[in-house]
Amino acid sequence: MNAQTTNGTTFLHLTLVWGFVGIPLAWGVIETLLSAMKLFQ
Amino acid sequence: MSAESQFGGVFSRERIVAGPGFNRWMVPPAALCVHLCIGQAYAFSVFNLPMTRLLGITKSTPDDWKLTDLGWIFSIAIVFLGLSAAVCGRWVEEGGPRRAMLTSGLCWSGGFLIAALGVSLHNLWVIYFGYGVVGGIGLGLGYISPVSTLIKWFPDRPGMATGMAIMGFGGAAFIASPLSVWLMRQFSSPTHVGVAETFVVLGVVYFCFMMVGAAIVRLPAPGWQPAGYVAPAQSKKLITTNNVFVYEALKTPQFWLIWWVLCLNVTAGIGVLGQASAMSQEMFPGRITVVTAAGFVGLMSLFNMGGRFFWASVSDYIGRKNTYFVFFALGFIMYATVPYAGAAGSVGLFVLCFCIILSMYGGGFATVPAYLRDMFGTRYVGAIHGMLLTAWSAAGIFGPVLVNYIRQYNLDNGIPKAQAYNITMYLMAALLVVGFLCNLFVKAVHQRHHMRQDEDADVLATVE
Repeated sequence: MNAQTTNGTTFLHLTLVWGFVGIPLAWGVIETLLSAMKLFQ
Repeated sequence: MSAESQFGGVFSRERIVAGPGFNRWMVPPAALCVHLCIGQAYAFSVFNLPMTRLLGITKSTPDDWKLTDLGWIFSIAIVFLGLSAAVCGRWVEEGGPRRAMLTSGLCWSGGFLIAALGVSLHNLWVIYFGYGVVGGIGLGLGYISPVSTLIKWFPDRPGMATGMAIMGFGGAAFIASPLSVWLMRQFSSPTHVGVAETFVVLGVVYFCFMMVGAAIVRLPAPGWQPAGYVAPAQSKKLITTNNVFVYEALKTPQFWLIWWVLCLNVTAGIGVLGQASAMSQEMFPGRITVVTAAGFVGLMSLFNMGGRFFWASVSDYIGRKNTYFVFFALGFIMYATVPYAGAAGSVGLFVLCFCIILSMYGGGFATVPAYLRDMFGTRYVGAIHGMLLTAWSAAGIFGPVLVNYIRQYNLDNGIPKAQAYNITMYLMAALLVVGFLCNLFVKAVHQRHHMRQDEDADVLATVE
């Protein structure tokens, strides 16, 4: 990913928008992984 | 004035052309904002049991809805996903992604609000109309809205770009499922199940989330190319530099071959996805319980999501046609191995086979937009993709019917439960052979189907 600061898009912009979608998705994946671990217990 | 202006200033296509400093990595999150919401459809089943006791609260009464009646809500939504994507594909393509995302958000959240009304009135037809029809239209528009935009921003890696968005659709259930359960718990009381309030909250939250996507999405300026990327001057063997008009694509054998490629790949996956829990428990009685089966389904869903990004990204390096060859060949081996895993009592091999199968099921969805772009060009790829999604609707019927009916036929003929799925697995493997052949016959689109330079210019003048 090109994370360098540009005239229109800053690193903060990119962090915010990726965090906006990435954090809920990561939460859901972790919840599902914890559920899936029961298969191996 | 272009046609898209009818929807007003900030939502028009010309208002979202990116300036020189815009970073293209802002666009995948915009697409994910939409797909992470509409993918909730995969988690709708969490509402099924609570909706069977809306009147009885703790248990179903004779006037409560039956599970079989509630199953139609999801089915209607998927049918309208396919229909709206097919019918509105050109409208989406020509109006730009922001207008489509806005409309999708209005339909999707509106569907939830209407469904909440249906729950309050205890009228199932209102829910069929709300979530099924209105929400289903939101699903279709939202699913195809960012596809061509991403392909235009990432001409160097179109598979990876669309794979990222479509991964969001596969991963949305991971968020929606626990969130819905938590919300229902907050709103429930001794006299109330809390489904209607949960629908209202989800509708509002999803609308806000989708509007963030609509706000940040941008189109590249005409002629924009990523730094260091040189567009090929001439078509490669299976990657065209020309464009095919949306309805002209229907006249090509390539469209229908890819339609069958998608349909067969999805049929094989969707059939086992819906029955995975029951199948695992019946093939390994006593070793896989209800709780561990739920973990198995979760694991498969993770591979379904991860496969969307992984395989679509791989297709950028090995080509779309080769990627589907891998799906069909490896899928054949996996399906043929499942009965052996059952006979050998190997849970690990069984789980491994299905995780790989589900990764390729998701990969099939995620790779197909780039396959269409290679065949038909970028101009109408979103609209053509919309029409291709009817293959999904068809597979949604074929897959579960094949698995369920063959299992029942075997049980009726005295075959033990542990072996009742063997014939189905071999049949799925056979379907993949047919898919392999369809993929084999895909060649470059004949030049008589290509848009002429002056037609291209006319469309550009209208659209851009």
